[in-house]
Amino acid sequence: MTDEIRAREGEWVEVECKLLDPADRSKNLPPETAEKPLMMWVKGFALGEAAKGEELTIETITGRKVTGSLSAVNPGYFITYGNPIPELTHVGRDLRAQLAAYRASIGGER
Amino acid sequence: MATKFDAIMARRGEIMRKALGMDYSEFELSPIAFDYERMMTAHGYSLDEIVAIQARAGVGSTPLLELRNLTDLVRSVSEPGKGARIFVKDEAANLAGAFKDRRASVSIHVAKEKGYEGVIAATSGNYGAAVASQAARNDLKCIIVQETFDSRHVGQPEIVEKGRICEAYGAEVVQLTVGPELFFHMVELLDVTGYFAASLYSSFGVSGIETLGLEIAREMEALTGAYPTHVVVTHAGGGNTTGTARGLERAGATETQIVSASVDLSGLHMASDDDFNRKSFTTGHTGFGVPFATWPDRADVPRNAARPLRYIDRYLTVTQGEVFYITEAMAKLEGLERGPAGNTAMTAAVSLARDLPRDATVVVQETEYTGAGKHHWSQLNFAKEMGVGVCSGDPKNNVPGKVIVIPEAIEQIHAKDSDVPRMRKSYIRNALKNAPGGYVPTSDDIEFLAADTKSDPGTVQATLAELAEA
Repeated sequence: MTDEIRAREGEWVEVECKLLDPADRSKNLPPETAEKPLMMWVKGFALGEAAKGEELTIETITGRKVTGSLSAVNPGYFITYGNPIPELTHVGRDLRAQLAAYRASIGGER
Repeated sequence: MATKFDAIMARRGEIMRKALGMDYSEFELSPIAFDYERMMTAHGYSLDEIVAIQARAGVGSTPLLELRNLTDLVRSVSEPGKGARIFVKDEAANLAGAFKDRRASVSIHVAKEKGYEGVIAATSGNYGAAVASQAARNDLKCIIVQETFDSRHVGQPEIVEKGRICEAYGAEVVQLTVGPELFFHMVELLDVTGYFAASLYSSFGVSGIETLGLEIAREMEALTGAYPTHVVVTHAGGGNTTGTARGLERAGATETQIVSASVDLSGLHMASDDDFNRKSFTTGHTGFGVPFATWPDRADVPRNAARPLRYIDRYLTVTQGEVFYITEAMAKLEGLERGPAGNTAMTAAVSLARDLPRDATVVVQETEYTGAGKHHWSQLNFAKEMGVGVCSGDPKNNVPGKVIVIPEAIEQIHAKDSDVPRMRKSYIRNALKNAPGGYVPTSDDIEFLAADTKSDPGTVQATLAELAEA
């Protein structure tokens, strides 16, 4: 048994490709960008088998064939709301109190 | 030595001509001037026809809401007699959740009519969702090219969510690391696929936003008996400002002040791998707002239909912390939980309304959908992970990329006026720079530059003389 990530034919996967080497990039980039390659990730159905990091051709949802190195199998989304923001938790309470005080001072809601 | 990048860019004109289905050369008048109005109407659709296209597309006729609680709150901190009424056009009610649906609906209608098999757009914003959604309805294939990750493969949550929603609508999403070569890859994909370029900056897209201005004028007249005194627009590439202002004008609301608003991201470089994830706004900010206003023709079309300086009366900036505060306040006070970027104009409107008389009416012309990733909490939690400070205090101490200061009270919100006359000068300098060396502007060019900067020939001539001296 191995926990190595492998793609089987027909699975929904993501491949990684290097689009441009640093030397081929646009001029006038800030140095921290210019020294890095331009990378790309695309998802599609595996057209063969591969282990993570190995070359694989995929067919994207529009039917294009893209070859890159396998970066993920069945890639998901892990974005969250996260914890409440302490600097914001009081905002609703305070503004409602301010609104109530203002309306009391002018004799109610217009 | 010619690189792969140079090779594609050299063929850019030819590829784009095919992909746009439109030859822009017929609008050119001189090395500086072109016939803007002819370009805007060359698609042949009347405003009524665009309204009909959008009605079929599930786009437009969004609710216009008066924000009574927010207005009273602003009045509670205004001088006597001040505190304008605030309204919002809830554009999140469009099919894919943003005003961008207006743009996409017309572009995709054109692509379908012209018989393209698919569409491509380069966008990390709500426009991707709009294009993907409309492409799905029109049975067209769709590729969205996004700048998503820094070189460590860390994605801005807002952009990751936008990628997710594009895939949810059946689009192929091509995700790239930071850099302007996004455009290079889009051109390469257009060349390979023969798809339609659903550019954000085409006349199709910008015409689609005119219906928003039209609706605001008509609905405000019905609700208040008059056109709004001010419309505040979240401003990035300039299409939102341009289309809305044109629609207001076409409805007859020629006295309405157009106030554009952006989040201040000064000091952060838009092509920097280091700065990429240190900004909490991926649109509606000065990093697009200023360069695109002062040189619109940097876009992916030969002539940009979004020309905001033609319409802007004032350009306000607000801080990230102020927008997050107002985003929270909008949910709690008005029952509108919407995305932060779309609340940029709302934040500026709070500041603006405080200083206007009570009988003034301020319309914020958009909202956008929210959700995990595209939520102010996600943005702030991500900022903290990226080492950006988040604290309560006076927003004056906000430093883009370093510290996000959340106001402690609504009276601390103060939008700053940008120097619009200086932006006009900068535009004229860029127009000259992009003309062949030694070219002397004719009187027609001067007329064009005056119109393109909402200025007058005398002011343009003075600027040209100043530039010649420098």
